[in-house]
Amino acid sequence: MTDLAAPRLSPRRRFVAPAFGIAALVGVFLIGELLVQIGVINRFIVPPPSEVMGSFHRIVSEERVFSRFLFTATECLIAGIMLTVFGLAGGVLMHRFKLLQQACETWVAALAAAPLVLMYPLFLVIFGRTIWTMIIMGFVAGLPPVILKTIEGMSTTRKVLVNVGRSFNLSATQQFWKILLPAALPTIFVGVRLGLIFALINIVGTEFLINFGGLGHLIADLAERYDLAGTYAAICFVILVSVVFFIVLEKVERWLRPFGSR
Amino acid sequence: MSLAPNADDAILAVDDVVVRFDTPEGPITAVDDVSFKVRQGEFLSVIGPSGCGKSTLFNVIGGLLSHHDGVVSVGGETISGPHHSIGMVFQEESTFPWRTVIDNVAFPLELVGMRRAERMERARYFIGMVGLNGFENRYPGELSGGMRQRVSLARTLASEPKILLMDEPFAALDEQTRLLLGDKVLQIQQQLKQTTLLITHNITEAVQMSDRILVMTYRPGKVKRIVNIDLPRPRTSEIVTSVAFGGYVAKIWNDLREEASRGMKDEEAHALHHEGVSS
Repeated sequence: MTDLAAPRLSPRRRFVAPAFGIAALVGVFLIGELLVQIGVINRFIVPPPSEVMGSFHRIVSEERVFSRFLFTATECLIAGIMLTVFGLAGGVLMHRFKLLQQACETWVAALAAAPLVLMYPLFLVIFGRTIWTMIIMGFVAGLPPVILKTIEGMSTTRKVLVNVGRSFNLSATQQFWKILLPAALPTIFVGVRLGLIFALINIVGTEFLINFGGLGHLIADLAERYDLAGTYAAICFVILVSVVFFIVLEKVERWLRPFGSR
Repeated sequence: MSLAPNADDAILAVDDVVVRFDTPEGPITAVDDVSFKVRQGEFLSVIGPSGCGKSTLFNVIGGLLSHHDGVVSVGGETISGPHHSIGMVFQEESTFPWRTVIDNVAFPLELVGMRRAERMERARYFIGMVGLNGFENRYPGELSGGMRQRVSLARTLASEPKILLMDEPFAALDEQTRLLLGDKVLQIQQQLKQTTLLITHNITEAVQMSDRILVMTYRPGKVKRIVNIDLPRPRTSEIVTSVAFGGYVAKIWNDLREEASRGMKDEEAHALHHEGVSS
Protein backbone atom coordinates (compact mmCIF):
# COMPACT_ATOMS: atom_id res chain seq x y z
CA MET A 1 0.00 0.00 0.00
CA THR A 2 3.02 2.24 0.26
CA ASP A 3 4.58 1.42 -3.08
CA LEU A 4 5.38 4.47 -5.14
CA ALA A 5 4.73 4.99 -8.81
CA ALA A 6 6.86 6.79 -11.41
CA PRO A 7 10.45 5.92 -10.53
CA ARG A 8 12.97 8.69 -11.24
CA LEU A 9 15.76 8.31 -13.80
CA SER A 10 19.28 7.87 -12.47
CA PRO A 11 21.58 10.88 -13.09
CA ARG A 12 23.69 8.73 -15.43
CA ARG A 13 20.71 7.84 -17.61
CA ARG A 14 19.62 11.48 -17.78
CA PHE A 15 22.82 12.35 -19.67
CA VAL A 16 22.45 9.56 -22.22
CA ALA A 17 19.80 11.32 -24.34
CA PRO A 18 21.62 14.71 -24.68
CA ALA A 19 24.90 12.89 -25.39
CA PHE A 20 23.18 10.84 -28.08
CA GLY A 21 21.67 14.03 -29.56
CA ILE A 22 25.07 15.73 -29.78
CA ALA A 23 26.64 12.59 -31.27
CA ALA A 24 23.87 12.49 -33.93
CA LEU A 25 24.54 16.15 -34.80
CA VAL A 26 28.27 15.50 -35.17
CA GLY A 27 27.45 12.45 -37.30
CA VAL A 28 25.25 14.48 -39.67
CA PHE A 29 27.99 17.12 -39.87
CA LEU A 30 30.61 14.53 -40.82
CA ILE A 31 28.38 12.76 -43.35
CA GLY A 32 27.49 16.13 -44.96
CA GLU A 33 31.18 17.05 -45.13
CA LEU A 34 32.05 13.70 -46.70
CA LEU A 35 29.24 13.86 -49.29
CA VAL A 36 30.27 17.37 -50.39
CA GLN A 37 33.98 16.55 -50.45
CA ILE A 38 33.53 13.45 -52.64
CA GLY A 39 31.17 15.37 -54.94
CA VAL A 40 27.89 13.56 -54.26
CA ILE A 41 26.40 16.94 -53.24
CA ASN A 42 27.23 19.96 -55.39
CA ARG A 43 29.30 22.40 -53.26
CA PHE A 44 27.82 25.35 -55.21
CA ILE A 45 24.37 24.42 -53.84
CA VAL A 46 25.32 23.16 -50.36
CA PRO A 47 28.64 24.37 -49.01
CA PRO A 48 30.71 21.94 -46.90
CA PRO A 49 29.81 22.19 -43.18
CA SER A 50 33.46 23.09 -42.37
CA GLU A 51 33.13 26.16 -44.64
CA VAL A 52 29.87 27.13 -42.89
CA MET A 53 31.65 26.84 -39.53
CA GLY A 54 34.48 28.99 -40.87
CA SER A 55 32.08 31.75 -41.94
CA PHE A 56 30.64 32.23 -38.42
CA HIS A 57 33.45 34.58 -37.43
CA ARG A 58 32.89 36.64 -40.58
CA ILE A 59 29.11 37.06 -40.16
CA VAL A 60 29.59 37.92 -36.49
CA SER A 61 32.19 40.61 -37.16
CA GLU A 62 31.01 41.97 -40.52
CA GLU A 63 27.25 41.38 -40.65
CA ARG A 64 26.19 42.40 -37.11
CA VAL A 65 24.59 39.01 -36.67
CA PHE A 66 24.05 39.40 -32.90
CA SER A 67 22.01 42.58 -33.24
CA ARG A 68 19.99 40.90 -36.02
CA PHE A 69 19.57 37.84 -33.79
CA LEU A 70 18.25 40.10 -31.04
CA PHE A 71 15.94 41.85 -33.50
CA THR A 72 14.37 38.57 -34.66
CA ALA A 73 14.26 37.23 -31.09
CA THR A 74 12.46 40.40 -29.93
CA GLU A 75 9.90 40.05 -32.74
CA CYS A 76 9.37 36.42 -31.71
CA LEU A 77 9.08 37.35 -28.05
CA ILE A 78 6.43 40.03 -28.69
CA ALA A 79 4.53 37.77 -31.12
CA GLY A 80 4.84 34.89 -28.61
CA ILE A 81 3.41 36.95 -25.75
CA MET A 82 0.58 38.21 -27.97
CA LEU A 83 -0.35 34.80 -29.32
CA THR A 84 -0.27 33.27 -25.83
CA VAL A 85 -2.52 35.96 -24.36
CA PHE A 86 -4.95 36.21 -27.27
CA GLY A 87 -4.84 32.49 -28.10
CA LEU A 88 -5.59 31.52 -24.51
CA ALA A 89 -8.39 34.08 -24.27
CA GLY A 90 -9.84 32.97 -27.63
CA GLY A 91 -9.67 29.30 -26.69
CA VAL A 92 -11.28 29.90 -23.31
CA LEU A 93 -14.10 31.95 -24.86
CA MET A 94 -14.73 29.33 -27.51
CA HIS A 95 -14.79 26.60 -24.89
CA ARG A 96 -17.12 28.64 -22.69
CA PHE A 97 -19.56 29.57 -25.47
CA LYS A 98 -20.33 26.44 -27.45
CA LEU A 99 -22.12 28.37 -30.21
CA LEU A 100 -18.96 30.40 -30.80
CA GLN A 101 -16.92 27.20 -30.87
CA GLN A 102 -19.29 25.50 -33.31
CA ALA A 103 -19.27 28.60 -35.51
CA CYS A 104 -15.53 29.31 -35.54
CA GLU A 105 -13.45 26.23 -34.71
CA THR A 106 -13.40 24.95 -38.30
CA TRP A 107 -12.26 28.35 -39.57
CA VAL A 108 -9.50 28.54 -37.00
CA ALA A 109 -8.35 25.03 -37.97
CA ALA A 110 -8.41 26.05 -41.65
CA LEU A 111 -6.37 29.14 -40.81
CA ALA A 112 -3.75 26.94 -39.13
CA ALA A 113 -3.25 25.07 -42.40
CA ALA A 114 -3.21 28.16 -44.66
CA PRO A 115 0.09 29.52 -46.07
CA LEU A 116 -0.31 32.79 -44.18
CA VAL A 117 3.11 34.09 -45.21
CA LEU A 118 1.52 34.95 -48.57
CA MET A 119 -0.55 37.59 -46.77
CA TYR A 120 2.56 39.71 -46.16
CA PRO A 121 1.60 42.38 -48.76
CA LEU A 122 -1.56 43.12 -46.80
CA PHE A 123 0.32 43.67 -43.54
CA LEU A 124 3.03 45.57 -45.41
CA VAL A 125 0.36 48.02 -46.62
CA ILE A 126 -1.15 48.33 -43.14
CA PHE A 127 2.04 48.57 -41.03
CA GLY A 128 4.66 49.58 -43.61
CA ARG A 129 8.28 48.31 -43.48
CA THR A 130 8.29 48.26 -39.68
CA ILE A 131 8.83 45.64 -37.00
CA TRP A 132 5.02 45.36 -36.61
CA THR A 133 4.59 43.75 -40.03
CA MET A 134 6.74 40.81 -38.90
CA ILE A 135 5.23 40.67 -35.41
CA ILE A 136 1.67 40.60 -36.74
CA MET A 137 2.59 38.01 -39.37
CA GLY A 138 4.07 35.82 -36.61
CA PHE A 139 1.09 36.47 -34.34
CA VAL A 140 -1.53 35.60 -36.99
CA ALA A 141 0.32 32.44 -38.01
CA GLY A 142 0.91 31.25 -34.45
CA LEU A 143 -2.52 32.03 -33.07
CA PRO A 144 -4.61 29.07 -34.39
CA PRO A 145 -2.66 26.26 -32.67
CA VAL A 146 -2.85 28.06 -29.32
CA ILE A 147 -6.62 28.54 -29.67
CA LEU A 148 -7.19 24.96 -30.82
CA LYS A 149 -5.01 23.40 -28.14
CA THR A 150 -6.61 25.56 -25.43
CA ILE A 151 -10.06 24.31 -26.49
CA GLU A 152 -8.76 20.74 -26.57
CA GLY A 153 -7.14 21.05 -23.15
CA MET A 154 -10.29 22.45 -21.57
CA SER A 155 -12.62 19.98 -23.29
CA THR A 156 -10.56 16.95 -22.32
CA THR A 157 -10.29 17.84 -18.65
CA ARG A 158 -11.38 14.70 -16.81
CA LYS A 159 -15.01 14.96 -15.80
CA VAL A 160 -14.29 13.70 -12.31
CA LEU A 161 -12.04 16.72 -11.64
CA VAL A 162 -14.82 19.06 -12.74
CA ASN A 163 -17.20 17.12 -10.48
CA VAL A 164 -14.80 17.49 -7.55
CA GLY A 165 -14.97 21.25 -8.14
CA ARG A 166 -18.76 21.11 -8.31
CA SER A 167 -18.94 19.05 -5.12
CA PHE A 168 -17.01 21.83 -3.35
CA ASN A 169 -19.47 24.39 -4.74
CA LEU A 170 -16.91 26.23 -6.87
CA SER A 171 -18.10 29.26 -8.80
CA ALA A 172 -17.52 29.33 -12.58
CA THR A 173 -14.48 31.59 -12.07
CA GLN A 174 -13.00 29.32 -9.38
CA GLN A 175 -13.72 26.29 -11.53
CA PHE A 176 -11.70 27.93 -14.34
CA TRP A 177 -8.70 29.10 -12.30
CA LYS A 178 -8.47 26.15 -9.92
CA ILE A 179 -9.39 23.22 -12.14
CA LEU A 180 -9.86 23.79 -15.86
CA LEU A 181 -6.77 25.94 -16.48
CA PRO A 182 -4.27 23.86 -14.50
CA ALA A 183 -5.69 20.65 -15.98
CA ALA A 184 -5.43 22.05 -19.51
CA LEU A 185 -1.96 23.54 -19.05
CA PRO A 186 0.04 20.63 -20.57
CA THR A 187 -2.06 20.76 -23.75
CA ILE A 188 -1.94 24.57 -23.85
CA PHE A 189 1.86 24.41 -23.73
CA VAL A 190 1.84 22.11 -26.75
CA GLY A 191 -0.19 24.82 -28.55
CA VAL A 192 2.19 27.59 -27.49
CA ARG A 193 5.19 25.57 -28.72
CA LEU A 194 3.51 25.00 -32.08
CA GLY A 195 2.46 28.65 -32.20
CA LEU A 196 6.03 29.80 -31.61
CA ILE A 197 7.33 27.54 -34.38
CA PHE A 198 4.75 28.95 -36.82
CA ALA A 199 5.53 32.49 -35.65
CA LEU A 200 9.29 32.10 -36.12
CA ILE A 201 8.89 30.61 -39.60
CA ASN A 202 6.61 33.45 -40.66
CA ILE A 203 8.69 36.20 -39.04
CA VAL A 204 11.92 35.07 -40.71
CA GLY A 205 10.05 34.44 -43.97
CA THR A 206 8.59 37.95 -43.97
CA GLU A 207 11.96 39.50 -43.09
CA PHE A 208 13.38 37.61 -46.06
CA LEU A 209 10.59 38.72 -48.42
CA ILE A 210 10.51 42.41 -47.48
CA ASN A 211 14.28 42.74 -46.94
CA PHE A 212 13.87 44.26 -43.52
CA GLY A 213 14.63 43.33 -39.95
CA GLY A 214 16.84 40.67 -38.45
CA LEU A 215 18.07 37.26 -39.53
CA GLY A 216 15.65 36.84 -42.48
CA HIS A 217 16.93 40.09 -43.93
CA LEU A 218 20.55 38.95 -43.43
CA ILE A 219 19.81 35.59 -45.11
CA ALA A 220 18.28 37.40 -48.11
CA ASP A 221 21.30 39.72 -48.26
CA LEU A 222 23.86 36.93 -48.12
CA ALA A 223 21.93 34.81 -50.64
CA GLU A 224 21.83 37.72 -53.09
CA ARG A 225 25.60 38.02 -52.75
CA TYR A 226 25.85 34.26 -53.33
CA ASP A 227 27.61 33.87 -49.99
CA LEU A 228 26.32 30.36 -49.43
CA ALA A 229 28.44 29.54 -46.39
CA GLY A 230 27.33 32.81 -44.74
CA THR A 231 23.68 32.07 -45.65
CA TYR A 232 23.81 28.66 -43.96
CA ALA A 233 25.62 30.14 -40.95
CA ALA A 234 22.82 32.74 -40.62
CA ILE A 235 20.25 29.91 -40.83
CA CYS A 236 22.06 28.33 -37.86
CA PHE A 237 21.29 31.50 -35.89
CA VAL A 238 17.59 31.16 -36.79
CA ILE A 239 17.76 27.65 -35.32
CA LEU A 240 19.42 29.18 -32.27
CA VAL A 241 16.44 31.54 -31.80
CA SER A 242 14.17 28.50 -31.86
CA VAL A 243 16.38 26.62 -29.39
CA VAL A 244 16.47 29.61 -27.00
CA PHE A 245 12.67 29.91 -27.05
CA PHE A 246 12.22 26.20 -26.46
CA ILE A 247 14.55 26.25 -23.48
CA VAL A 248 12.82 29.31 -22.00
CA LEU A 249 9.39 27.77 -22.57
CA GLU A 250 10.49 24.53 -20.94
CA LYS A 251 11.70 26.47 -17.89
CA VAL A 252 8.38 28.34 -17.68
CA GLU A 253 6.47 25.07 -18.01
CA ARG A 254 8.56 23.40 -15.31
CA TRP A 255 7.95 26.37 -13.06
CA LEU A 256 4.20 26.33 -13.65
CA ARG A 257 3.78 22.57 -13.43
CA PRO A 258 6.68 21.06 -11.49
CA PHE A 259 4.85 17.72 -11.27
CA GLY A 260 5.23 17.30 -15.05
CA SER A 261 8.91 16.59 -14.76
CA ARG A 262 8.45 13.89 -12.12
CA MET B 1 -27.22 -2.47 16.87
CA SER B 2 -30.30 -1.80 14.88
CA LEU B 3 -30.26 1.67 13.41
CA ALA B 4 -33.57 2.15 11.73
CA PRO B 5 -33.82 5.93 12.04
CA ASN B 6 -37.04 7.76 12.45
CA ALA B 7 -37.72 11.10 10.80
CA ASP B 8 -36.48 13.07 13.81
CA ASP B 9 -32.91 11.86 14.10
CA ALA B 10 -32.21 11.45 10.38
CA ILE B 11 -29.47 13.74 9.09
CA LEU B 12 -30.03 12.69 5.48
CA ALA B 13 -33.41 11.85 3.99
CA VAL B 14 -34.01 10.59 0.47
CA ASP B 15 -37.73 10.66 -0.37
CA ASP B 16 -39.38 9.14 -3.42
CA VAL B 17 -36.46 9.83 -5.74
CA VAL B 18 -37.08 8.90 -9.37
CA VAL B 19 -34.54 9.44 -12.16
CA ARG B 20 -35.34 8.91 -15.82
CA PHE B 21 -32.98 9.17 -18.78
CA ASP B 22 -33.70 9.49 -22.47
CA THR B 23 -31.67 6.98 -24.46
CA PRO B 24 -31.65 6.07 -28.18
CA GLU B 25 -33.73 3.00 -27.22
CA GLY B 26 -36.27 5.19 -25.46
CA PRO B 27 -36.65 6.53 -21.91
CA ILE B 28 -35.37 4.37 -19.07
CA THR B 29 -36.01 4.67 -15.36
CA ALA B 30 -32.65 4.36 -13.62
CA VAL B 31 -33.86 4.96 -10.07
CA ASP B 32 -37.47 4.32 -9.11
CA ASP B 33 -39.13 5.63 -5.98
CA VAL B 34 -36.14 5.25 -3.68
CA SER B 35 -36.63 6.40 -0.10
CA PHE B 36 -34.41 5.94 2.96
CA LYS B 37 -32.97 7.87 5.86
CA VAL B 38 -29.51 8.00 7.41
CA ARG B 39 -28.99 8.75 11.07
CA GLN B 40 -26.25 10.92 12.56
CA GLY B 41 -23.04 8.87 12.89
CA GLU B 42 -24.45 5.92 10.98
CA PHE B 43 -22.59 4.00 8.26
CA LEU B 44 -25.02 3.00 5.53
CA SER B 45 -24.03 1.16 2.37
CA VAL B 46 -26.04 1.01 -0.81
CA ILE B 47 -25.36 -2.19 -2.70
CA GLY B 48 -26.69 -3.48 -5.98
CA PRO B 49 -25.70 -5.10 -9.25
CA SER B 50 -24.08 -3.12 -12.08
CA GLY B 51 -26.63 -0.92 -13.81
CA CYS B 52 -28.98 -0.64 -10.84
CA GLY B 53 -28.58 3.14 -10.58
CA LYS B 54 -26.20 3.28 -7.60
CA SER B 55 -23.97 5.92 -9.15
CA THR B 56 -27.02 7.85 -10.33
CA LEU B 57 -28.21 7.89 -6.73
CA PHE B 58 -24.74 9.07 -5.65
CA ASN B 59 -24.98 11.98 -8.10
CA VAL B 60 -28.51 12.86 -6.94
CA ILE B 61 -27.52 12.90 -3.26
CA GLY B 62 -24.33 14.81 -4.04
CA GLY B 63 -26.37 17.40 -5.96
CA LEU B 64 -24.57 16.74 -9.26
CA LEU B 65 -27.77 15.57 -10.95
CA SER B 66 -30.68 17.95 -10.76
CA HIS B 67 -33.26 16.46 -13.13
CA HIS B 68 -34.99 14.05 -10.80
CA ASP B 69 -38.28 13.71 -9.00
CA GLY B 70 -38.45 13.43 -5.24
CA VAL B 71 -36.58 15.20 -2.49
CA VAL B 72 -33.16 14.91 -0.88
CA SER B 73 -32.78 16.78 2.39
CA VAL B 74 -29.89 17.31 4.79
CA GLY B 75 -30.85 18.14 8.35
CA GLY B 76 -34.35 18.96 7.13
CA GLU B 77 -33.11 21.35 4.44
CA THR B 78 -34.04 20.34 0.89
CA ILE B 79 -31.01 20.43 -1.38
CA SER B 80 -31.07 21.41 -5.04
CA GLY B 81 -27.36 21.21 -5.84
CA PRO B 82 -24.03 20.41 -4.20
CA HIS B 83 -24.33 21.06 -0.46
CA HIS B 84 -21.50 22.05 1.90
CA SER B 85 -22.65 19.40 4.38
CA ILE B 86 -21.99 16.59 1.93
CA GLY B 87 -18.42 15.60 1.08
CA MET B 88 -17.97 13.37 -1.93
CA VAL B 89 -15.29 10.77 -2.68
CA PHE B 90 -15.40 9.56 -6.25
CA GLN B 91 -14.77 6.16 -7.78
CA GLU B 92 -12.27 7.48 -10.31
CA GLU B 93 -8.90 8.85 -9.33
CA SER B 94 -9.69 12.46 -8.50
CA THR B 95 -6.63 14.06 -6.95
CA PHE B 96 -5.32 17.19 -8.67
CA PRO B 97 -2.06 16.12 -10.34
CA TRP B 98 -0.72 19.69 -10.33
CA ARG B 99 -0.95 19.98 -6.53
CA THR B 100 1.18 18.27 -3.90
CA VAL B 101 -0.52 15.97 -1.39
CA ILE B 102 -0.74 18.74 1.19
CA ASP B 103 -2.08 21.26 -1.33
CA ASN B 104 -4.66 18.72 -2.49
CA VAL B 105 -5.86 18.16 1.05
CA ALA B 106 -5.81 21.89 1.83
CA PHE B 107 -7.93 22.64 -1.27
CA PRO B 108 -11.33 22.97 0.49
CA LEU B 109 -9.72 25.04 3.25
CA GLU B 110 -8.25 27.39 0.63
CA LEU B 111 -11.75 27.85 -0.79
CA VAL B 112 -13.11 29.08 2.51
CA GLY B 113 -10.26 31.59 2.78
CA MET B 114 -8.39 29.99 5.67
CA ARG B 115 -4.91 31.46 6.28
CA ARG B 116 -2.07 29.44 4.76
CA ALA B 117 -0.37 28.46 8.02
CA GLU B 118 -3.64 27.33 9.54
CA ARG B 119 -4.78 25.36 6.52
CA MET B 120 -1.41 23.61 6.24
CA GLU B 121 -1.72 22.56 9.87
CA ARG B 122 -5.27 21.29 9.31
CA ALA B 123 -4.22 19.51 6.12
CA ARG B 124 -1.35 17.77 7.99
CA TYR B 125 -3.85 16.55 10.57
CA PHE B 126 -6.00 14.88 7.92
CA ILE B 127 -2.96 13.53 6.04
CA GLY B 128 -1.91 11.89 9.28
CA MET B 129 -5.41 10.52 9.74
CA VAL B 130 -5.23 8.63 6.41
CA GLY B 131 -1.68 7.45 7.20
CA LEU B 132 0.24 9.48 4.64
CA ASN B 133 2.68 11.28 6.95
CA GLY B 134 5.90 12.00 5.12
CA PHE B 135 4.24 12.26 1.74
CA GLU B 136 3.01 15.86 2.12
CA ASN B 137 5.22 17.28 -0.61
CA ARG B 138 4.85 14.46 -3.11
CA TYR B 139 2.73 14.83 -6.23
CA PRO B 140 -0.07 12.33 -6.92
CA GLY B 141 1.88 11.00 -9.91
CA GLU B 142 4.48 9.74 -7.44
CA LEU B 143 1.96 7.77 -5.38
CA SER B 144 0.23 4.40 -5.81
CA GLY B 145 -3.51 4.15 -6.59
CA GLY B 146 -4.39 3.33 -2.96
CA MET B 147 -2.40 6.30 -1.68
CA ARG B 148 -4.07 8.64 -4.18
CA GLN B 149 -7.49 7.45 -3.03
CA ARG B 150 -6.45 8.21 0.56
CA VAL B 151 -5.46 11.72 -0.54
CA SER B 152 -8.95 12.16 -2.03
CA LEU B 153 -10.48 10.90 1.21
CA ALA B 154 -8.34 13.28 3.29
CA ARG B 155 -9.28 16.19 1.02
CA THR B 156 -12.98 15.46 1.49
CA LEU B 157 -12.57 14.99 5.25
CA ALA B 158 -10.72 18.33 5.44
CA SER B 159 -13.92 20.06 4.37
CA GLU B 160 -15.45 18.56 7.54
CA PRO B 161 -18.67 17.42 5.91
CA LYS B 162 -21.61 16.27 8.01
CA ILE B 163 -22.11 13.41 5.59
CA LEU B 164 -19.34 11.52 3.81
CA LEU B 165 -20.65 10.21 0.50
CA MET B 166 -18.43 7.67 -1.27
CA ASP B 167 -18.97 6.03 -4.64
CA GLU B 168 -17.03 2.75 -4.83
CA PRO B 169 -13.83 4.50 -3.74
CA PHE B 170 -11.81 1.28 -3.70
CA ALA B 171 -13.19 -0.27 -6.89
CA ALA B 172 -9.96 0.15 -8.85
CA LEU B 173 -7.74 -1.30 -6.12
CA ASP B 174 -6.58 -4.85 -5.50
CA GLU B 175 -8.35 -6.93 -2.82
CA GLN B 176 -5.66 -6.66 -0.10
CA THR B 177 -5.37 -2.89 -0.49
CA ARG B 178 -9.14 -2.66 -0.50
CA LEU B 179 -9.42 -4.53 2.82
CA LEU B 180 -6.69 -2.45 4.43
CA LEU B 181 -8.23 0.78 3.19
CA GLY B 182 -11.57 -0.44 4.50
CA ASP B 183 -9.88 -0.71 7.92
CA LYS B 184 -8.64 2.84 7.56
CA VAL B 185 -12.07 4.17 6.63
CA LEU B 186 -13.66 2.31 9.55
CA GLN B 187 -11.08 3.67 11.94
CA ILE B 188 -11.64 7.23 10.70
CA GLN B 189 -15.42 6.85 10.72
CA GLN B 190 -15.32 5.62 14.30
CA GLN B 191 -12.85 8.31 15.36
CA LEU B 192 -14.88 11.16 13.85
CA LYS B 193 -18.29 9.53 14.35
CA GLN B 194 -18.69 10.44 10.71
CA THR B 195 -22.06 9.83 9.06
CA THR B 196 -21.15 7.85 5.96
CA LEU B 197 -23.02 6.68 2.90
CA LEU B 198 -21.06 4.19 0.81
CA ILE B 199 -22.13 3.16 -2.67
CA THR B 200 -20.61 -0.21 -3.54
CA HIS B 201 -21.09 -3.47 -5.36
CA ASN B 202 -18.73 -5.32 -3.03
CA ILE B 203 -20.62 -7.35 -0.41
CA THR B 204 -17.59 -7.98 1.84
CA GLU B 205 -16.75 -4.29 1.93
CA ALA B 206 -20.34 -3.36 2.71
CA VAL B 207 -20.72 -5.89 5.55
CA GLN B 208 -17.28 -5.06 6.98
CA MET B 209 -18.11 -1.40 7.39
CA SER B 210 -21.84 -0.83 7.62
CA ASP B 211 -24.48 -0.47 10.29
CA ARG B 212 -27.12 -1.05 7.64
CA ILE B 213 -27.03 -2.16 4.03
CA LEU B 214 -29.61 -1.06 1.49
CA VAL B 215 -29.94 -3.64 -1.27
CA MET B 216 -31.15 -2.34 -4.63
CA THR B 217 -32.89 -4.17 -7.43
CA TYR B 218 -31.60 -4.29 -10.98
CA ARG B 219 -33.05 -1.69 -13.35
CA PRO B 220 -35.13 0.16 -12.42
CA GLY B 221 -33.22 0.59 -9.16
CA LYS B 222 -35.58 0.23 -6.22
CA VAL B 223 -35.01 -0.51 -2.56
CA LYS B 224 -35.27 -4.30 -2.28
CA ARG B 225 -34.39 -4.64 1.38
CA ILE B 226 -32.54 -2.91 4.19
CA VAL B 227 -30.39 -5.27 6.27
CA ASN B 228 -29.19 -4.37 9.77
CA ILE B 229 -25.61 -5.51 10.41
CA ASP B 230 -25.38 -6.42 14.08
CA LEU B 231 -21.65 -7.02 14.26
CA PRO B 232 -19.62 -5.65 17.16
CA ARG B 233 -17.64 -2.42 16.84
CA PRO B 234 -14.89 -1.37 16.63
CA ARG B 235 -14.36 -3.55 13.58
CA THR B 236 -11.30 -4.34 11.52
CA SER B 237 -10.79 -6.47 8.42
CA GLU B 238 -10.29 -9.47 10.76
CA ILE B 239 -14.06 -9.60 11.12
CA VAL B 240 -14.31 -11.11 7.63
CA THR B 241 -13.26 -14.48 9.15
CA SER B 242 -16.16 -14.62 11.65
CA VAL B 243 -19.15 -16.90 11.20
CA ALA B 244 -21.62 -14.06 11.68
CA PHE B 245 -19.90 -12.09 8.93
CA GLY B 246 -20.23 -15.05 6.56
CA GLY B 247 -23.91 -15.26 7.43
CA TYR B 248 -24.51 -11.65 6.45
CA VAL B 249 -22.56 -12.05 3.23
CA ALA B 250 -24.65 -15.11 2.32
CA LYS B 251 -27.89 -13.33 3.18
CA ILE B 252 -27.07 -10.31 1.03
CA TRP B 253 -25.76 -12.45 -1.81
CA ASN B 254 -29.10 -14.31 -1.78
CA ASP B 255 -30.82 -10.99 -2.34
CA LEU B 256 -28.33 -9.83 -4.93
CA ARG B 257 -27.96 -13.04 -6.91
CA GLU B 258 -31.41 -12.79 -8.44
CA GLU B 259 -30.84 -9.13 -9.37
CA ALA B 260 -27.35 -9.75 -10.75
CA SER B 261 -28.69 -12.63 -12.90
CA ARG B 262 -31.42 -10.39 -14.22
CA GLY B 263 -28.83 -7.76 -15.06
CA MET B 264 -26.60 -10.25 -16.83
CA LYS B 265 -29.50 -11.63 -18.91
CA ASP B 266 -30.58 -8.12 -19.79
CA GLU B 267 -27.07 -7.20 -20.95
CA GLU B 268 -26.81 -10.38 -23.04
CA ALA B 269 -30.18 -9.68 -24.67
CA HIS B 270 -29.03 -6.12 -25.33
CA ALA B 271 -25.79 -7.32 -26.95
CA LEU B 272 -27.68 -9.85 -29.12
CA HIS B 273 -30.14 -7.18 -30.19
CA HIS B 274 -27.29 -4.88 -31.24
CA GLU B 275 -25.57 -7.74 -33.07
CA GLY B 276 -28.83 -8.45 -34.92
CA VAL B 277 -29.29 -4.80 -35.83
CA SER B 278 -25.72 -4.35 -37.06
CA SER B 279 -25.73 -7.55 -39.14
